[in-house]
Amino acid sequence: MLRVILLIGALAVSPVAHAAGGGGEKLPNEHWSFEGPFGTYDRGALQRGYQIYSQVCSACHSMKYLSYRNLSALGYSPDEVKAIASQYTIIDGPDDEGEMFERPGKPSDRFKAPYANDNAAKYVNNGALPPDLSLITKARPNGANYVYGLLTGYEDHAPEGEELATGQYWNKYMDGHKIAMAPPLADEVVAYEDGSATTLDQYARDVTQFLTWAAEPEMEVRKRTGIKVLLFLSIFAFIMWRVKKKIWKNVKY
Amino acid sequence: MAGGTREKLDNPVMEWVDSRLPIFTMMQKEYGVFPTPKNFNYFWNFGAIAMVMLVTMIITGITLAMHYVPHADMAFDSVERIMRDVNHGWLLRYLHANGASFFFIAVYIHMFRGMYYGSYKQPRELLWILGVVIFLLMMATAFMGYVLPWGQMSFWGATVITNLFSAIPLVGDSIVTLLWGGFSVDNPTLTRFFALHYLMPFVIFAVVFLHVWALHITGSNNPLGVDAKGKQDTLPFHPYYTMKDAFGILVFLIIYLGYAFFAPNDLGHPDNYIPANPLVTPSHIVPEWYFLPFYAILRAITFDVDLVLVAVGMVALGVAFIATPYKYLESILKMMEKSFLNFLGFSAKNIKTLKGVGLITLGLAILLNYFLNDFNFTIIPAKLGGVLAMFGSIAMLFALPFIDKHPVRSSRFRPYYKAAFLIFVANAFVLGICGGKPAEGFWVPLSQLTTAYYYAFFIVVLPILNKKEPVLELPSSINEAVLAKNKDKK
Repeated sequence: MLRVILLIGALAVSPVAHAAGGGGEKLPNEHWSFEGPFGTYDRGALQRGYQIYSQVCSACHSMKYLSYRNLSALGYSPDEVKAIASQYTIIDGPDDEGEMFERPGKPSDRFKAPYANDNAAKYVNNGALPPDLSLITKARPNGANYVYGLLTGYEDHAPEGEELATGQYWNKYMDGHKIAMAPPLADEVVAYEDGSATTLDQYARDVTQFLTWAAEPEMEVRKRTGIKVLLFLSIFAFIMWRVKKKIWKNVKY
Repeated sequence: MAGGTREKLDNPVMEWVDSRLPIFTMMQKEYGVFPTPKNFNYFWNFGAIAMVMLVTMIITGITLAMHYVPHADMAFDSVERIMRDVNHGWLLRYLHANGASFFFIAVYIHMFRGMYYGSYKQPRELLWILGVVIFLLMMATAFMGYVLPWGQMSFWGATVITNLFSAIPLVGDSIVTLLWGGFSVDNPTLTRFFALHYLMPFVIFAVVFLHVWALHITGSNNPLGVDAKGKQDTLPFHPYYTMKDAFGILVFLIIYLGYAFFAPNDLGHPDNYIPANPLVTPSHIVPEWYFLPFYAILRAITFDVDLVLVAVGMVALGVAFIATPYKYLESILKMMEKSFLNFLGFSAKNIKTLKGVGLITLGLAILLNYFLNDFNFTIIPAKLGGVLAMFGSIAMLFALPFIDKHPVRSSRFRPYYKAAFLIFVANAFVLGICGGKPAEGFWVPLSQLTTAYYYAFFIVVLPILNKKEPVLELPSSINEAVLAKNKDKK
């Protein structure tokens, strides 16, 4: 009885939360390794996804909530993380003489942003602000499928009757369909070292996996903990159910 | 409270304390042997569950406050820091965010229980009213808490809701300025909301104490709605209900933590992971799900109440007055009988017709004046109407014990009330769905229809049932009903 009522309540509520937002066409429903209560990230896909981000996306999009040290979760060793960080030039300071100076990046540095500030980003990008990608899959309904859909949803021409301004592109899944981002990925634009397919579809899947991890880096430990917690509570609840039965055995109610 | 008879305790330390402050005696009386009706079903678990949720919210909330930075420029970043860098910060925040939803689920089921089984009736009116006070405080607390992460929905939700107060005549704009601490939702708004969000749970705690105190004076209602008459009807609270509550709490926790660990963002809104931006309005501003029915009522009033509308209402009321048989209006007319009209020699029956004709004449006169001279003015603008309707919907809950005068408590013996109330519940779900949809198309008339039923349940249905619903024969005691039920089983 109790479960039924709560389930009904939860079901009645969930579609309301899901229904909000969106726009455009129905999103693709891809299968992802991180879905479900036992879902985990695919380390290979995460590393390839980071490669896509650093070689393509990071030209315009910041990821300000991530540090290079977080990349160890992708399976990189401490030395590899140091090497990755040191490829970037970070402005630090002021030093003892009050001057700002440049130095190679350290694992504790945040991902280097492509632009000094939002205005600079807008100026370069025809007035449009490329959003920070740290939380993008949580900030859109059905985030992973949205990102995947957006990256693969470009069409060569706008449908008849629709005008695109200079610097606009037609995307099936964008809210309002007009997007200021040029198609960022295409077959063969990034060379993979592990022999994975160098197709638009594979790129989009990998970078989606990476962005989902960036938004929810705690997901694997969260789900692992959740399994233990629910197991514990279920056993405890079962015991209490038997205790209650036993205590109430002789009561007519 | 002072002194009283008290049994000596065996343990010398406990006895030393108890003789000075009889806390052990009180616990034994209120939670040990406290006589509790033996026929509770699992709906009676939700008070204890709500209490557990309140404590969970306070503990996770205080811990979050140790890491959170209440500043418009830093709040969003500090929440992300909690999610990424604070040890188990993600757990604390997800427990708190989903805890709010599940606190409301528990309280809504608790309220459903109270309304279904007539727990608000004499002598538990004050107990119910204190409960509605808690509900109101919870709504204020939850609203302010949702503002703190300073995402897009936080900011725009705060803007929409605080703006409501500007609808109040004369003082509205000053109230809004006071709430904002300036001339728009900004850093001063955030800091005062944070301060109040931290304060309110303790106020809730105090009212919960009063609520429980009142409960322990009257004792609990039960599914039959008949009073416990003696020992054969009740059980000591411990171990019977402590253990049953423990089981119920664990089942509830499984569902709550299922959400917190496996679908922590399903009950939230994706837009709140976008930092607040006063220059970009989300396409569709919605509050948290637990406010949606009230949000639907707020938006249902899309029209100004003007003189013409009032005149139409007067004519309709007048017609209804004449058409309704005398016996249904008896109590209202009895009051009028003492009036000046009666002094002039009109009987109650005459007054009925006279009032009806008077209302129709006055209404038609206003309408005629409108058609001839275009005379009309706004009495309640739509925005104020919406705000009044929304707050009125909660005022109805306060008034419930005084509206429903039917002597029978439990729906088990009130088939008409049961049907009307279950429709009321379904109606509330439809209101919730309306509140989550954009205010356009057929959602608007649907919200208006469901808002009308929300009010009609209190203003029309319950008073009619007071008169019309037959008083069925109730079981003479809980024990007898239990024995009869068990006999049927065999």
